[in-house]
Amino acid sequence: MSAPKVAFFDLACCEGCQLQVANLGEELLDLLGHIEVVEFRELMSEKWDGEYDLAIIEGSVTNEEAEEKVKEIRRRSKMVMAYGACAVNGGINGIKNKTPMEENGRIVYGDRFKDYPSMPTKAVGDIIEVDYIVPGCPIYPPEFLKVLKSALAGLEYVIPDHAVCVECRFNENECMYEKGINCMGPITRAGCNSWCLNNGNRCYGCRGLLSNPNIHGARDVMKKYDLDPDVILKSIDMYNAAAGGKDE
Amino acid sequence: MSKNLSVNVEFLTRVEGHGHIVVDMKNGKLNKCELKIVEAPRFFEAMVRGRSIFELQHITCRICGICSCGHSLASIQAAEDAIGFTPSEQTTLLRRIMLHLENLDSHILHIYMLAAPDMLGKKSALAMTATHGEAVRRALRMKKCCNDACSVLVGRHVHPISSTVGGFTKIPSEADLLEMKKHFSSIKQDLLPTLELAKTFVFPEFERETEYVSLTSDAGYALLNGKVKSSKGIIKDKSEYKSLTNEYLVPHSTAKHCKLSGDSYMVGALARFNNNYDMLHPLAKYAADELKLKPVCANAYLNTAAQIVECFHFTDDAIQIIDRLLEKGTDKSEAVIVGLNENEVIKVKAGRGVGAVEVPRGLLYHSYEVDDKGTILSADCVIPTGQNLANIELDMRQLAGMVCGRPQEEATLLFEMMVRAYDPCISCSTHVLEVDFV
Repeated sequence: MSAPKVAFFDLACCEGCQLQVANLGEELLDLLGHIEVVEFRELMSEKWDGEYDLAIIEGSVTNEEAEEKVKEIRRRSKMVMAYGACAVNGGINGIKNKTPMEENGRIVYGDRFKDYPSMPTKAVGDIIEVDYIVPGCPIYPPEFLKVLKSALAGLEYVIPDHAVCVECRFNENECMYEKGINCMGPITRAGCNSWCLNNGNRCYGCRGLLSNPNIHGARDVMKKYDLDPDVILKSIDMYNAAAGGKDE
Repeated sequence: MSKNLSVNVEFLTRVEGHGHIVVDMKNGKLNKCELKIVEAPRFFEAMVRGRSIFELQHITCRICGICSCGHSLASIQAAEDAIGFTPSEQTTLLRRIMLHLENLDSHILHIYMLAAPDMLGKKSALAMTATHGEAVRRALRMKKCCNDACSVLVGRHVHPISSTVGGFTKIPSEADLLEMKKHFSSIKQDLLPTLELAKTFVFPEFERETEYVSLTSDAGYALLNGKVKSSKGIIKDKSEYKSLTNEYLVPHSTAKHCKLSGDSYMVGALARFNNNYDMLHPLAKYAADELKLKPVCANAYLNTAAQIVECFHFTDDAIQIIDRLLEKGTDKSEAVIVGLNENEVIKVKAGRGVGAVEVPRGLLYHSYEVDDKGTILSADCVIPTGQNLANIELDMRQLAGMVCGRPQEEATLLFEMMVRAYDPCISCSTHVLEVDFV
């Protein structure tokens, strides 16, 4: 059996998730022993015109070219993985959706904004069917490896649907609310091993909201600690504006 | 000899971001010579308006994955400048380590993964594994050291977690410092074989008089502070960055171009090397000698060589800083509690501020205006690659005259190598464009 043909693609994003892949270090070499990377623009000049066993897409769809590109990738791929917040739920690219596109253009390009067309940010899954997702900004490399292995083995992978708080408690961090600070942990999907909390920062919700976030519970917590719910609404917007998080 | 040349490279590979090279010469007349920037704009300046200055670096570092720590540092410096906050000595030292890690990581990626395949006649670093397996493993090892040290210092390299306005949310312990030192020592070990490999590279011959712009300081090889210096004799404070960059729009690019004394200037490793050679660590000067690199060098292809020289400097400077911190011990009480703007621990006032930081590809500016609550009224970033675009095109024009008549494949490769030598970060250059609020 020949090694599965895997291709990496990037749309509007910071390319930090593919860097996370490149940063796997020598683990990357182990991985490369089992797959054949046929396209990876940032690292390779080679191109491939056949079918992909697995296409791994980073970044958001923000123009028609990108929309066509992901449709073509879908046609040519047996499996598609969206990785990173931009691809999975729009990520920070979604922030611009809160402002009319014309105004965004004017802010950045002045009177020449019409030369730089842009449409509201969409996640890859808004355009095509996606078989696997790896949320996060950036992706958490151990989770990426787990999802990739599942994809190569043809197994389903279910992203955790419990709060970041669960992992945060396991890591014995002091709760941000105990310090009087708003935190997105209670309503955000776990799976990152509470990365930001372990480093003294709060959760910004980059992995997206839980499928059934306990918004009322979060409100109660905020009330208990005398915190302003507006602050957390703005935090939700940071990564989840394109996913409709603000409607809650 | 033929006076015609047509080069069309769509989606140049082994660079960060999306760009095309288009060269069209007929009967010795150059009709077109462009690096077309086709990256989809992301409207960062529009995104940050109305947000708190304390969460800003969290968004701005996401302009670019490779330059994440650099954007974070420039963003924080601009924010602190705007509200009149002076960071502690410990914070400044830790930030210097963070910047060294950023510059090392990016330089190693460029030297080994993006530039070396051209020098060794390979399509990619993956193709190098068969013939230069040890070099590929060494590059991955060095990158891993940068990443692991970054994880210790700021949680991760891509989108650092603990570095924020006011300092760090987590202060490294003695054990953390020792672990970082171990990683830097390992990088140092791997730098000599890197130099040996680089000595086998044959850089294309090229020369064009160029204006070089970088930070400069009497205190050392300037990276995080100092004045802005041009090799044409200009020295100005960072607050005057607009008159140092003079941005303008061109039709074929979603990124703006820049100029200073002439039609273009260059920033980056070669500019820093040319402007601040005297301040380099002796080991870095030794590496420059070995690579036959002397200031002032006007061959842009040698930017990659200057990056290798800088790696020696960054590694040794980082080890010296760690030794200093180990001797004094770190003060954990300096840890910043996030959300402290909500508690008003750091005083906020209305104002404007500029951050100027030497990141892998050159001098990066962030500038913000905030109101008395620390809310962003306007933001502006000028990116190194954007500053280099006009210079890249002028180099390409001269190159077109030189290579016209050579076989297509050879000419195309020389153009690709020229653009790659600048290590352009196209994501950065279009993701951040100027915002002008009226």
